[in-house]
Amino acid sequence: MKRRPFLQSTLAASALLLTGLFPYTAQAAETIKVGILHSLSGTMAISETSLKDMALMTIDEINAKGGLLGKKLEPVVVDPASNWPLFAEKSRQLLTQDKVDVVFGCWTSVSRKSVLPVFEELNGLLFYPVQYEGEEMSPNVFYTGAAPNQQAIPAVEYLMSEDGGSAKRFFLLGTDYVYPRTTNKILRAFLHSKGVADKDIEEVYTPFGHSDYQTIVANIKKFSAGGKTAVISTVNGDSNVPFYKELGSQGLEATDIPVVAFSVGEEELRGIDTKPLVGQLAAWNYFQSVENPVNTEFVTKWKAYAKAKNLPNYQTAVTNDPMEATYVGINMWAQAVTKAGTTDVDKVRDALAGQTFAAPSGYTLTMDKTNHHLHKPVMIGEVQDDGQFSIVWQTEGPLRAQPWSPFIPGNDKKPDYAVKSN
Amino acid sequence: MPASLPRILMALALLWPLASQAGDANDFVAANPAKQAKLLESWAAQPDPARQPLLDALQQGRVAADSSKTAFIEEAGNFSAAEGEAEPASPPKKLRLNNRLRGLLQTAQASHQLLASEASVRLAAAQQLQKSAKPAQLELLNARVASEQDAAVRDALALALANLQLVDPDPAVRLQAVRLLGETGEPLARTRLEALLDGDSETDAGVRTAAETSLAQVKRRLLVGELLGQAFSGLSLGSILLLAALGLAITFGLLGVINMAHGEMLMLGAYTTYMVQLGFQRLAPEYLALYPLAALPVAFFVTAAIGMALERTVIRHLYGRPLETLLATWGISLILIQLVRVIFGAQNVEVANPEWLSGGLQVLPNLVLPYSRIIIIGFALFVVALTWLLLNKTRLGLNVRAVTQNRNMAACCGVPTGRVDMLAFGLGSGIAGLGGVALSQIGNVGPDLGQSYIIDSFLVVVLGGVGQLAGSVLAAFGLGIANKLLEPQIGAVLGKILILALIILFIQKRPQGLFALKGRVID
Repeated sequence: MKRRPFLQSTLAASALLLTGLFPYTAQAAETIKVGILHSLSGTMAISETSLKDMALMTIDEINAKGGLLGKKLEPVVVDPASNWPLFAEKSRQLLTQDKVDVVFGCWTSVSRKSVLPVFEELNGLLFYPVQYEGEEMSPNVFYTGAAPNQQAIPAVEYLMSEDGGSAKRFFLLGTDYVYPRTTNKILRAFLHSKGVADKDIEEVYTPFGHSDYQTIVANIKKFSAGGKTAVISTVNGDSNVPFYKELGSQGLEATDIPVVAFSVGEEELRGIDTKPLVGQLAAWNYFQSVENPVNTEFVTKWKAYAKAKNLPNYQTAVTNDPMEATYVGINMWAQAVTKAGTTDVDKVRDALAGQTFAAPSGYTLTMDKTNHHLHKPVMIGEVQDDGQFSIVWQTEGPLRAQPWSPFIPGNDKKPDYAVKSN
Repeated sequence: MPASLPRILMALALLWPLASQAGDANDFVAANPAKQAKLLESWAAQPDPARQPLLDALQQGRVAADSSKTAFIEEAGNFSAAEGEAEPASPPKKLRLNNRLRGLLQTAQASHQLLASEASVRLAAAQQLQKSAKPAQLELLNARVASEQDAAVRDALALALANLQLVDPDPAVRLQAVRLLGETGEPLARTRLEALLDGDSETDAGVRTAAETSLAQVKRRLLVGELLGQAFSGLSLGSILLLAALGLAITFGLLGVINMAHGEMLMLGAYTTYMVQLGFQRLAPEYLALYPLAALPVAFFVTAAIGMALERTVIRHLYGRPLETLLATWGISLILIQLVRVIFGAQNVEVANPEWLSGGLQVLPNLVLPYSRIIIIGFALFVVALTWLLLNKTRLGLNVRAVTQNRNMAACCGVPTGRVDMLAFGLGSGIAGLGGVALSQIGNVGPDLGQSYIIDSFLVVVLGGVGQLAGSVLAAFGLGIANKLLEPQIGAVLGKILILALIILFIQKRPQGLFALKGRVID
């Protein structure tokens, strides 16, 4: 049942690779090549595989409407295998050998950091679809995920509000790498500005793939005796499963200690029994449960696509925030190419500024004129027993990103437009 | 004067229930979240048995509303009007509560359950109120303490009441409350008492000294809970390490095969559990809760068969060549990972805990022992006992020991060494499969599962001393407890590093591990 789709996709992928290696000269001139750089194996495969499929679906959709500039889009899928140096190697291959016009890819900040020099050197174009810590603004990257002020800070404000439980103490729990460390640095500065003292903030990190959360959950319990506590989790990847399981088995409920997560979405909840998690929170810019016609169509399309392509476990296919960001990114790029009349990176970059798109989140999102980030609405959702989120709070409208967070000293001197990092 | 307002409310409540309860469900459905919160608070202060079904339905998420804001309660897929007779004007939509409302609902539920006829329900309700009672419930609690018959429930209620009385204007009441709080081991009591030590918030010196004594008592009780908790998590981690390493203690420890594919045997065991769970879901959903038990023998035989096949086809040809064995088994592990990825996909699969493995045992107010972990500790000991019996009390075990100690001599005595090798390798792999079943209940089940345990497994076996079961047991529990003692002090990342550094030092001093084989052993 599940062997077939893989075979098909491997065949398809190898066929793609073959056409990439031995292009017909005539056909090569007729297609626009689009690189897809997501890990399909290794630890990040869990999150990134669905982004690859979403990108393929969006490309199919554009092709069905006749492609761009009279040419079809041709996806070139590579697998950097959750291996950070391999990301740089594969992106160089995409840009120099496959000669793609744009790349959609990366999930972890460390993978983005490793491909950044390649894109800047070869003047490529990367769309990065995941929420991240900010502190970056490259002319060769468009960031369609959230910056800290579009996710982390509103989430903490919500926890401090009456509806969010008026939290007074904060337990910052994260995986030990650049994204959680930077985000927590920003949050700590933000909490200080709100009058929360250091004794009411606890910061704890675990290694990648940590699986024994007994002590940490016991510590959260102990910490929470000192006043209304909220946990802010930047735990990434599959460590979330044992963490939430431990919360459940030690009887910590969301009504006592809410956990707000920045990296847990619908896709991650597919691997967990969500009954003990009801009420736990997540902050994103999109949830599958958003109710509007664009989203209904988006979700239906994705489910139909998952079924048609026989993706693993297509019966339970869900959409999530980075998938939406991928979808929005590809469509905005397509609009910019149409506007520019070419796929030339410099012209497309100019055309992207101020580009708008009616997104599944229910808002018309704008690509900022200068800072390469999307204006995004912020939503807070509570986990329901069916693995979906019910939205309990959201901003009035999209917010402009602040990639250089004002809560990190020295950032006020950074320019508000993209400059190469070296 | 301030006390009179609640009294009036109370009096009103006594007169009101029949009139007000007619509209409770509809009121609630029509209100906005802020007003819903107020409603719940007022219900918590004035419980009314007639409201119980509504609260139950709210808690189970069965309350829905149609477009005209009429409340409906779902019962097995059918919606019936919560009050009076009504047909839904539009398909009713389920009401979604947020965390704050859910918390208030719990408190309101508890207030209502104080009126229940079973003492156990009243006790649970009183314990809930110890955590969440609001000042508005003071009157209610006073009344219940006075009328409660059951001694245990009365004590629990008195504690809940004491929390509220800490701000009573009368110092004598406060003193009484502070003394009472000294009797608990509730973590919240500590913060409440600490607030009283401050001269600004507590003016009465007698209360302050009493608070100090009570605080010391509470702290002592909390410390006991904490230490027990640490010891338990150490044991639990140790039992997991033991289950992961025990198979390796046989394949590496006894046979001397550096088996890098050991982690994949754990992974295959976990995937077998997943398959058994799927089978139960499809074929016998009524026995689904028993699937982990059924998975044990299946996982054992599946992994044992795979292990024996590997031994016959690959490893047998590499005996005595450790470097080649290492490379070959590592290659096998990569092949197995990729194979699983091809068949099941790269995503983790969901292995749900059955009911009897979820939740935990509340031992002390700040100590919950999860059932899954208790059972895994027991299971680990059971597997160790089984392995020991097999190695020491059976003919196969005798042969295995003979072959490991002196292969040539054993062969001369007529022991079929090739067959023994195969069976012993199968046994080691099968035990790893059993470990996989247990691991699937507490962590992720994905193609990379084995990778995260292989290093720990080797650590346990090497530290324990190659060739010794007892060494592995001691090393596993030692590592588990050391890890859990260090983690709260210096964090998970540094803790892990420090443990590794300590092991390196230990191995330098004592390369043979904790236990060494004595006598004429051929290496």
